Amino acid sequence: MNERKAGAVLMALSLMMIAAGCKKKAPAPPPPPAPVKVAEAPPPPPRPVVSFSAEPATVERGQCATLRWNVENATQVAINPGVGNVAASGTQRVCPTTTTTYTLSASGAGGSDSATATVNVSAAPPPPPPPVVAPKRSLSELLSEQLQDALFDYDKSEIREDARAVLTRNSEALKTIFQGYGDALVNVEGHCDERGSAEYNLGLGDRRATAAKEFLTQLGVSGGQLKTVSYGKERPVCSEENEGCYQRNRRAHFSAGQ
Amino acid sequence: MKKTFLFASVLLTALILVPLGAQQNDIVIKLTGGQQPVIAITDMRGSGEAQTHMGVFNRSLYDEIEASGVLKIAAKSGYPLQVPQRPQDFRAGGPQMADWSRPPASANYLAFGYTAVQDGRLVLFGFLFDVTQANPQSAQVIGKLYFGPLTAEGSRKVAQEFAADILARFGAKSLAGSSIYFVREERVGYKDIWMMDYDGANQKPVTRFGELAFMPAVSKDNTKLAFTLLSQKNPSVVVWSTSANRKLPFVNPQASVNASPDFTPDGQTILFSSSLGGGFANIFAASADGSGIRRLTSVRAVETEPKVNPKTGQEVVMTSGRSGTPQIYRMSIDGTGVERLTSGEGDAVNPSWHPDGELIAFAWTRGFEPGNFNIFVMDVNKRQLLQLTHGAGRNENPTWAPDGRHIVFCSTRGGSPQIYSMLADGSNVKKLTGQGRNTMPVWSK
Repeated sequence: MNERKAGAVLMALSLMMIAAGCKKKAPAPPPPPAPVKVAEAPPPPPRPVVSFSAEPATVERGQCATLRWNVENATQVAINPGVGNVAASGTQRVCPTTTTTYTLSASGAGGSDSATATVNVSAAPPPPPPPVVAPKRSLSELLSEQLQDALFDYDKSEIREDARAVLTRNSEALKTIFQGYGDALVNVEGHCDERGSAEYNLGLGDRRATAAKEFLTQLGVSGGQLKTVSYGKERPVCSEENEGCYQRNRRAHFSAGQ
Repeated sequence: MKKTFLFASVLLTALILVPLGAQQNDIVIKLTGGQQPVIAITDMRGSGEAQTHMGVFNRSLYDEIEASGVLKIAAKSGYPLQVPQRPQDFRAGGPQMADWSRPPASANYLAFGYTAVQDGRLVLFGFLFDVTQANPQSAQVIGKLYFGPLTAEGSRKVAQEFAADILARFGAKSLAGSSIYFVREERVGYKDIWMMDYDGANQKPVTRFGELAFMPAVSKDNTKLAFTLLSQKNPSVVVWSTSANRKLPFVNPQASVNASPDFTPDGQTILFSSSLGGGFANIFAASADGSGIRRLTSVRAVETEPKVNPKTGQEVVMTSGRSGTPQIYRMSIDGTGVERLTSGEGDAVNPSWHPDGELIAFAWTRGFEPGNFNIFVMDVNKRQLLQLTHGAGRNENPTWAPDGRHIVFCSTRGGSPQIYSMLADGSNVKKLTGQGRNTMPVWSK
């Protein structure tokens, strides 16, 4: 009881001192206390006084808690496990992975004392379900959905006006696709209609593929991801003998590379 | 003034007409050697068991001679009644040579003989007489024995050998024993190299890639093929051993297109079309293993189908788009002296050298819609032209037979693309294939 009273007095005193310390202008020091007549033996030094808590006392796994303590009459204060020697008062953030009881040990001239504070760690909640997104489209799907064939005139490999528009749109689509597929390789296939010779068409298809690739790279598409290949007239999309079908076959087509 | 104009126009007409008329004759003469001798071929008989297969024999002999285009066969309806079987049959009261040389037979030569069985084998006693001679003693050109198995195949064999000897007398090489390589598409978009006998028999696959193997060429010694293979990767040149039936090493240059190879006559060098360097596909040459590659042409136009003169090895014809549409060009083997051979009209493609190195055959759309090719022959020195087909289907990829008198080509005249042979004057067209879609024939040498 006495101790508590003394503690309360001391606490009040220190609070006053802290409050005083907060004042901007330091007041004149009080007059020195009148010398106290020492009656008989001096009183034994007080035992350390400890307060120690964890806030909050319960956390989820992965979260952290704050240890808060205040110790008086101690020359050495330590918190274990994991913290070590600390000042007489303070806070310490701890993030235990399992429920942990921290022990604060304080020792001073008047003896030693200890206190514990427990941080309860509860299991983490189940992870949230993955966000609902469409399955990643394959490169071939993206190419066939988003890219159009660039068409050519008979026996020509020059990029026509309509092909410029198609390839410009294709360039934007390809840039977006390459963001998702950073290492994707896209074949630029050159094709011809059935009327020229197979031999000459192999060279002509090569020119059509190259012309389409050059146009796309000028628009900023990564040239290293475009590979030209000529199929001559060997892979027609239709086989009718009319200009409509011939035109569909005179094309630069885009497909997923190896 | 009027007179001058009239004279000028007559002169102009003459200038246009005379060369045109002369052109065709020149090429035909070059191909046929001028006036064709007339031969009468008797229906021969066999003694005993040898008679069994004489139907096959007589048909084979007739076909071989007819197909050669070297000799004109006298109509059988004009033959005399008395037919010799042996030289000694020409005697008083027997058949007379003059009966064969006179109308209606009007033959210069007479092929006759008979067959018999000796030791279980078929033997042909074959004779060729020049019936224009005064007496039988000086008329014999051929008198020879031919042996074969006593089967239909054996009859065909002795007939072909006898025919080969007769044709050799007139400077013609028999095609018997030669092969035709070609491209068959069994399912759409997949092509392999096939081969067959000169007459379309024994069709069988050479390669089995199950991809796109096409544009075959054969070396002059027949030991190697070169062709283009288009797989998942870019078109590349493949060199193939005909004896081992497998790929030989050929290192393709790093290019988006390597295609349409051909051999020099010595087989040591391969010319092909390549986009090496990134530009248009142009003509390159390399050793037979692909080493020592060098550029022959450098032009911003597609160039392909380099074909080396088989006689000189010093001259190349090719297809080039350097003046617009694809046309036939000629240059020397080092790529210099490029000159155009065709007029610039339409598309002219698929050049192929005659064995004598003076004529080429090629396909041209001149006068027709794009794609409607016809077969032409040109004397490359005189620039004279002969058109062999006239619009029946698309006619492409003419190549010459080793006899220099036949052309094998691809035509869609029957609907699907098939391979046909014909005499180099456009006559005697024969269909050689019927199964699948067949293109790009090339006759082994």
